[in-house]
Formats: sequence, C-alpha cells, structure tokens
Amino acid sequence: MSTMAIDKAGPTRKLGSMSRDRAWALRWSYFFLVLFAIFFLTPPVYMLITSLKSSAEISAATNPWWVFHPTLSNYIELLTSNQFLRFFWNSSIISIVVVIVTMMISIPAAFALARMKFWGSATLATGVFLTYLIPDSLLFIPLFKMLGVVQDLTGITLLNRWYVLVFIYPTLTVPFCTWIMIGYFASIPKELDEAAIIDGASWLQTLLRIFIPVALPGLIAATIFAFTVSWAQFLYPLVFTTSIDQLVLPVGITTTLIKGDVFNWGQIMTGALLGAAPPLIIYAFLMDYYIAGLTAGATKG
Amino acid sequence: MADVSLRKVIKRYDDVEAVRGIDLDIADHEFIVLVGPSGCGKSTTLRMIAGLEDISDGDIMIGGDVVNDVPPKDRDIAMVFQNYALYPHMTVAENMSFGLRLKHYPKAEIKARVTEAARLLDITDLIDRKPKQLSGGQRQRVAMGRAIVRNPKVFLFDEPLSNLDAKLRVQMRIEIKKVHQKVRTTTVYVTHDQVEAMTLADRVVVMNKGRIEQIGTPNELYHKPATRFVAGFIGSPAMNFIPCRLEDAAGTLQIRLTDRIAFALPPARAARYNALPRTDGLLLGIRPEHLTESHAHLDPGVETFDTVLDVTEPMGMETLVYFGLDGTPVCGRVNPNAGAKDGAPMRLAMDLNNMHLLNEQTGVVL
Repeated sequence: MSTMAIDKAGPTRKLGSMSRDRAWALRWSYFFLVLFAIFFLTPPVYMLITSLKSSAEISAATNPWWVFHPTLSNYIELLTSNQFLRFFWNSSIISIVVVIVTMMISIPAAFALARMKFWGSATLATGVFLTYLIPDSLLFIPLFKMLGVVQDLTGITLLNRWYVLVFIYPTLTVPFCTWIMIGYFASIPKELDEAAIIDGASWLQTLLRIFIPVALPGLIAATIFAFTVSWAQFLYPLVFTTSIDQLVLPVGITTTLIKGDVFNWGQIMTGALLGAAPPLIIYAFLMDYYIAGLTAGATKG
Repeated sequence: MADVSLRKVIKRYDDVEAVRGIDLDIADHEFIVLVGPSGCGKSTTLRMIAGLEDISDGDIMIGGDVVNDVPPKDRDIAMVFQNYALYPHMTVAENMSFGLRLKHYPKAEIKARVTEAARLLDITDLIDRKPKQLSGGQRQRVAMGRAIVRNPKVFLFDEPLSNLDAKLRVQMRIEIKKVHQKVRTTTVYVTHDQVEAMTLADRVVVMNKGRIEQIGTPNELYHKPATRFVAGFIGSPAMNFIPCRLEDAAGTLQIRLTDRIAFALPPARAARYNALPRTDGLLLGIRPEHLTESHAHLDPGVETFDTVLDVTEPMGMETLVYFGLDGTPVCGRVNPNAGAKDGAPMRLAMDLNNMHLLNEQTGVVL
C-alpha cells in the first residue's frame, strides 16, 4: 500500500528503498512458496499418476512419472467393491458422530471455561490443553485395557466394533477443540454477554443465541479439525478393530490391499486419493471460515 | 420508573476496596451522573446497580425493594455500554427486540415498541442493517434503542460517549438529554468527563477513591464545591489553588498571596473567614474566569495586581493567560482584545466575591 502511494507520488523518481526491499521480499517469498508447493504436491501427483496405471504398467520399467496407457480400472474396481464402500461408510459415520459428540462436549465446556469464572477454571483450562499433548501411542494400551474391563463387566461387546471408535476419538478431539474455542469465546467482548444477561438471557440462551452465532468461524474451524482427526486416525482403529467389516478407510486400505509382501499399488493409491477427497472438499468450501477461526484472538472479533 | 437507593454499599476485590461505603438516593425520573477519575469506583457502582457485580456489603434498592441477590434480568434495568455491545449477527431491529423476544412478548407489541423507539432515536431507516454497517453514533443510538424498548425501571449508562469523536459526542449528549426529557426514566450515567456530567445531570455525584466527594446540582458543585477534589475536578480550565495566609490589617481581614500581593477581603467573606487562624496552610481557590483583565470601573471586591505572563492561549472568544505567583502556576481568562502577550506584563483583576478558601491539609473548602 505504502509503496504504491510512493510510486504514484513520484513516477519519475528512482525506486525507493522501500519498494526495492519489497521486490526482494516478494522474490524470496515466491521462491520458497514454489519450493514448498513442489515438495508437498509431489506425493499426491505421484499417487494420481500411479492410480491411473494398470498393475502391469506400474511394475514395468518405464518412466514412473508418465502414464502411457491410462485406465480407470482401479477406480471402477474400488468403487464397485462392497469392501471398500464399507470402509468408506464406516469412516463417514464414525467421523460425523465424533464431530457431533465433540461439539456437544466442547462448546459448553469452552463456554464454561471462558466465561463462568469458577474455582479452578483457569487450571482446568490449562489441564484440558495438557491432555491434548499426551500422544495417542501412549494412550491406546490403557484405553484397550479399560474397554476390555468395561466389556467384561457390562457384557456389551466393545472391542472389534466400529462404534467403539466413537467413544475413543473424542479423547483426541475434545481437548483441542475445547482449547481453540476457549480462545475464540474469550475474544468476544465481555459486554456482549453482560448485555444479553441484562436483556434477560440465561447462560444457555446466551450460549445458543449469542456466542455460537458470533463464534461461528471458530466453531467451523473446530469442526473441520475434529473431522480431519477422526477421518485420518490410524493407530486407534488398527488396534481396536480387526474384522474386515469393522475397519475404517486408512486401516482397511492397508490391510486388504497389501497381501503379505504383495502391494496392490494402483488400488492403494486410488483408495488413498478417494479417502483424501472428503476432507479436501470440506476444506475447499470452508477455507475462509477455517482461516478466520485459526487466527481468532489475533484481532478482536 | 422507580427510585434507586444505595445504603453503605461496599465492593471489595480480594483485599482492595473499590467502593468504600456509598450512600445515594436517586429519585424517580431523576438523571444522576456519577463522575470521577478512572479507578474511582463509579463504574463498579453502576455495575453493582445492574447486578453484574455482587456487592460485598450494604443494600441496593430499586423501587423500594432490596435487590442485592436479584439477578440482573429480574431487576428490570437496561444498560448502555461504552463499546455499544450490539449483537453483531443481528439486525438493528433484532438487537432492539432481543430482550422482548426472550420474554415472549406478542409479535405485534414488539414491532410497535421497536418502531416507536426507532422513531424516537431517528434510526428508522437503519432498522434492517447489521451493526458493522453503522457508524459509531448510529451504533450508540441502537444501543439506546435496545434500552428504551424494554421500558425498564432504570437506565444505566456506562461511559456511552467515550468511543465517539468530540463533535459527535456533543451531538449525542444533546440526543441523550432529549430522550430523557421524553421518556423520563430514572437514569444513572457514568462518565469521566465533567462537561458531560454538568450538561446532562439533574444531580452530579463526584466520586474519588471509592467514596462520594459531593452530591449536588451542576451549579452547586461549580459554585459551592465541598472539597479541593471537587473544586479542581469540575470546571475547565481547572480552578487555581494559590497558597495564602490571612492577616489583620488596619481593622480589616486581608489575604496575602505573596510578599507583594495582599487583598482586603470583601465584607461578606471577611465575616465568614474571621474565626480562622492567621497561619499558613490555607489555599485560595479561584477559577480562571474570576481572574480577568483590569479595567477602569471595578466592582467592589475585585482587586487588581500586576504580573508578567508566561504563556497565552488565544481560544477565540477568550484568551487564557498563564503566569506564576511565587512559583504557583495560575491561569486566568481575559478578553481577546485585552492585549495579552507571551512574556508581557499585564494588570489582572481578581474577583474575590467568587473566591474559595481551602484547608491545604484536609482539602476541605472553608
């Protein structure tokens, strides 16, 4: 902005140091942006190329970066296979239920921690975040043990059932979603809920009619996060589910398409690409909200 | 419509007393302004009346009922905040009707009330806009509208004009006064701006360090301040305080400001101050408008003296002159045609009929 103003003020003047700095900054930015774009886009491009090849072409000693005989057979085979659609269905239903459960816990929790000052609320808020820092690779053994005990005591089958993941994923999603929503709720001016209280709103009405609409970008960011985490989760479903019909997409692809040391590369790549599609589509539609949500608190909402 | 009473109201935060025992009776229809420097407890007092802060001790009564433990929504009050606190996702009409909708008023009545309030505040055209499409002054009107539609017992204003620019502030001040003349709702208004306090209030409550310094009409506070704090806080430029001493000279009481300058007190003042000790530790309080240029026909009680001006500030309708009396900076207001110049000598006249005498130690006006 300022450089433009300078340029307009003196078109015949030599370029100021400001604009020269800016030009160099831009060159470096583009250099690194291109570098990162290549770095991050190579794997998906390679996946796409491989998914369009037949098994024969994949194993042939031709240029791996080019498709000589493009085919959609991998896609057709996967999309007509009941097994793959089952994985897809399991992943979808689990992710959607987890998102709903997460939001129903996180939103009231974040509201309480951000606004209702009670004894220990600050410590509790920090505690919520700390639980997020415990890696799931540490948690899955005690969780497995716990569920086993619950299963023995109640007689309800939990292990090797897809719905057990609905109980387990929130241990990952709730702390983080609560944490970012505490930040978002905290950025809402205090006077707004005071005005609502004076207008006669209860805490619940304040949450539902003021906080949720105002903090919508933050809620959407949290929703996307919860969905992505559940969708991409690998360790927990690998541990807790074993029967083919109970598997989710990431585990299903690796267990059914890798037979011993035979890798069905074409279908693995196709499955991975199809599996990446739903989060990608959600991101594309909600990107603006997502960014607005992540940068919440940087400026007053 | 209701009266509001505060009885020995105290607010403690941990070990800090923010409000230290406030007694205040606000009559029905009255416009009361709480004024004072930041941290004097005025906002806390207002928030306690609103029910947004618990009171540590004492009683607050609205319409004769003690409301200490009544939640804000049941106190039948409306509040206007400094940052407007409009709900950003609602239109102006929805903002104004939110409280009524929560109380399940019939739709027709909500519409009638919103229309009426919008007409009163001249925001009928804005009714379908969102707050971010409004200017600061318009937002403030909407915030007032939200208070008016509820038809509450008491209006509470928490520095409502502080976020507006100077010109708009003057305009909105008049607007608020007009609205109060129409709806006549008991109003408690908090500000740090003494001009706002003076122009709006039926009675002004001057607060300092969690206590009430003085309660009175704007004119009472201006002409008969009770303490040095009130005398210095109300009025702009502020009142001058000049160390002085009382002396007996030739049968009259005179006040000595410097070795060179001493004035005989007018008879009414002399009688009032005669019993005071003839020692140091007194302050002469004199407002700048009672320090003017000298001229040929002086009223009784007006005394002249010569000084050298340090700085002059032409304001257009008057010129402020600054000079020192034995090191005490003093401000006077002279006619712009009186020829006041930086660094030039000038003969000034002090109107002792409007003087105040203060105890320097206690700050009490004698």
